[in-house]
Amino acid sequence: MNLTLFVWRQASGTAAGQLVRYEAPDVSPDMSFLEMLDVVNERLTGKGEQPIAFDHDCREGICGSCGLMINGVAHGPMQGTATCQLHMRSFKDGDTIYVEPWRARAFPVLKDLVVDRSAFDRIVAAGGFVGVSTGSAPDGNAIPVPKADADMAMDAAACIGCGACVAACPNASAMLFTAAKVGHLRMLPQGQPERHRRALSMEAQMEAEGFGGCTWHGECQEACPKGISVDWITRLYRDYITATVLQREESTASAAL
Amino acid sequence: MELRSKIPGGPLQEKWDRHKFEMKLVNPANKRKYSVIVVGSGLAGGAAAATLGELGYNVQCFCFQDSPRRAHSIAAQGGINAAKNYQNDGDSIWRLFYDTVKGGDFRAREANVYRLAQISVNIIDQCVAQGVPFAREYGGTLANRSFGGAQVSRTFYARGQTGQQLLLGCYQALERQVAAGTVTMFPRTEMLDLVLVDGVARGIVVRDMVTGAISSHAADAVLLATGGYGNVFYLSTNAKGSNVTASYRAYKRGAAFGNPCYTQIHPTCIPVSGDYQSKLTLMSESLRNDGRVWVPKARGDSRAPGQIPEAERDYYLERKYPSYGNLCPRDIASRAAKEVCDEGRGVGPNGLGVYLDFAAAIGRVGEQKIRERYGNLFEMYQRITDEDPYQVPMRIFPAVHYTMGGLWVDYNLMSTIPGLHVLGEANFSDHGANRLGASALMQGLADGYFVIPYTIGDYLASTPLPRVDTSHAAFRAAEAEVTATTRRLLEIRGARTVDSFHRELGKLMWENCGMARDAAGLRRNLERIPALRAEFWENVNVPGSGAELNQSLEKAGRVADFLEFAELMCLDALHREESCGGHFRSEHQTPDGEARRDDDAFCYVGAWEYQGAGRAPVLHKEMLEFENVHLSTRSYK
Repeated sequence: MNLTLFVWRQASGTAAGQLVRYEAPDVSPDMSFLEMLDVVNERLTGKGEQPIAFDHDCREGICGSCGLMINGVAHGPMQGTATCQLHMRSFKDGDTIYVEPWRARAFPVLKDLVVDRSAFDRIVAAGGFVGVSTGSAPDGNAIPVPKADADMAMDAAACIGCGACVAACPNASAMLFTAAKVGHLRMLPQGQPERHRRALSMEAQMEAEGFGGCTWHGECQEACPKGISVDWITRLYRDYITATVLQREESTASAAL
Repeated sequence: MELRSKIPGGPLQEKWDRHKFEMKLVNPANKRKYSVIVVGSGLAGGAAAATLGELGYNVQCFCFQDSPRRAHSIAAQGGINAAKNYQNDGDSIWRLFYDTVKGGDFRAREANVYRLAQISVNIIDQCVAQGVPFAREYGGTLANRSFGGAQVSRTFYARGQTGQQLLLGCYQALERQVAAGTVTMFPRTEMLDLVLVDGVARGIVVRDMVTGAISSHAADAVLLATGGYGNVFYLSTNAKGSNVTASYRAYKRGAAFGNPCYTQIHPTCIPVSGDYQSKLTLMSESLRNDGRVWVPKARGDSRAPGQIPEAERDYYLERKYPSYGNLCPRDIASRAAKEVCDEGRGVGPNGLGVYLDFAAAIGRVGEQKIRERYGNLFEMYQRITDEDPYQVPMRIFPAVHYTMGGLWVDYNLMSTIPGLHVLGEANFSDHGANRLGASALMQGLADGYFVIPYTIGDYLASTPLPRVDTSHAAFRAAEAEVTATTRRLLEIRGARTVDSFHRELGKLMWENCGMARDAAGLRRNLERIPALRAEFWENVNVPGSGAELNQSLEKAGRVADFLEFAELMCLDALHREESCGGHFRSEHQTPDGEARRDDDAFCYVGAWEYQGAGRAPVLHKEMLEFENVHLSTRSYK
């Protein structure tokens, strides 16, 4: 099939960007979206032009590197699918496709379709872990974990950190990303000691990075390639509110001393 | 060069414990005075960086991805082995050790493998404590499954995303140390050279992949955890960015390269669909627990699989290997698939595929159970091929997956360059000539969490390390070389893209240094690779400049190294006149097509020493001694 692309080109973070038109002839329906871009890039390189820069690595939907706005939809038209797993059979001959980077203040563009998502790392560094150093672990079966809890923890832990939730959100909120990590660890006994502190510190970091707040549009859940539910955001709220009250009680108690 | 393996004395079971006691320690208050560079942030590098940070060392960790969480360990699906014997089915440290030595076709070091089996149990404990959501039984205990090449259930897993969950555990521990200030993270930063001062590894030269700036970093020790070199074949299950550059440049600085010809071809991948194909996708080996592998008995049978009656199907693994059947080790399953396809019995559009059929399992345990076990893999398959594996059998074909070879290391994980340590897939050490399923994650984490934290202390405490910073002439010289190479690549402005060279190289390697090799093909490669390399340096086109985010330039540097490294692989494959594990030389097989090892002549690690551009590398041999497992012919029949 033959396609027309409009791709966001931007030479650097400080340069102005624009949509540039490219023709993509002879596209096979069995190609992945990124393979289609590879072919376009080979042709551009052959003409001595700079190829379109985009992030990608594993190309099997798990590393979370890739992420494109395709016709205004994060990761394109196929639900539950990262860009690298989207195949051209989702399009038809003669289609026009707009390809843009994630748009969010906290994800500045570095070049073309490549954005800086290091804010996610800093949210995790703020508390998205269990504070257990190597060597101090009890036997793996010492603490039984109900299967249902482990399964739910896994549902949340499946997040690949691609940033589609932010890109899809009208507020560019990172609430689903943050809630997924808080949620994964809150479901497990190992995550309990830091549960409330974690909710407060990760949420605070999310705000400090310039992500917006959640106003319950639910676009994040629709865009998530791993089908992570907005229910996790309600659980984050619950922990957050409990944590806020606990913190107030603690500071009152220590003031009384 | 002398290969000193430094295997501790004493009985096998006591070596590691004794060594841990005998090694020198760095006083807790002194640890912060030592700096360590870790290159790579996957299971091995991430675990090492996090753990060394926890201990108080001053760590700088580098990765080419935009976040350490994206290292390719994340893509491992099936699981991680540990000798916990939670299933009460006869597992033990000794059995895991035995299986791994045998699975590696007697080309690994006994002492290393035994240590790996010992440590395996601690890894599971550590990961559980980190909150890794392993699969559980209803009673709340950890679930296990059996995995290719094992007759006990010792594999722990988190759905089909075990690597992801282990890596996230490791990444979270790493970010905790970043917050604590013990680890400084350098994402989107690629190592382009190793710097030696007075023969000791003291730092690296890197390129900032956003600004293009070339800079140096100095430290008291350097750890490479930069993964394998499977992308020398262009098409592999590796991530697109996986490359040999860090290892290869260390080799050029004097680190011996061990067994480069040992590559693993994974039997269950989705077949190639067209010329534009950019990578191959693995379907976890765990599928072979419930899937039956078959092809039509008749050559050229083009009926749909459902139309072929039972009597006309050849379940060739069950036929040839009755005791292991579909669960036989990877090298054997891959070669068997190649054989039936060579006979003209392959399936799919180009005849390069075999069926992996779940109909019997669905009939036995029901579709729901199969969905629970493999749901995400089935979805992935359907997304790529547009076929529903609940209805029609999957089509699979072998693909390059893992490289057992790597930089040679001693028992302490130190290379032949003092101070340069190598971890995980990047080293050659524990898997011999073939890696068993669910053992890569185990080895990466063992090296990172539980081996290097001890051995690095011994190195630092027992080595005089004068102060060195990046103003030293050795850093200036290495930076100048890197800058010159970058400029040279950008000035060629030839007619061919980097990818076109990479594809051509990959094809040569797949054809002549792939699943089966022979002397004629390897010699052909040894002529054609240098010619291709010469053309690359005259005719490659790398657009853009060095002072910006330039993905063509990144690829060009990596492909330039693959073009040299490929020759080393072929040289090693040519010299090893035997068949063992992933290395199958067509000249060396039994009448019924099984690999024929030659223990009298080749029971050694082949470690190559660089001699300079245009000069043949020198082979050194580390003889392997088997005192606890007797050398025998592997049989899975």
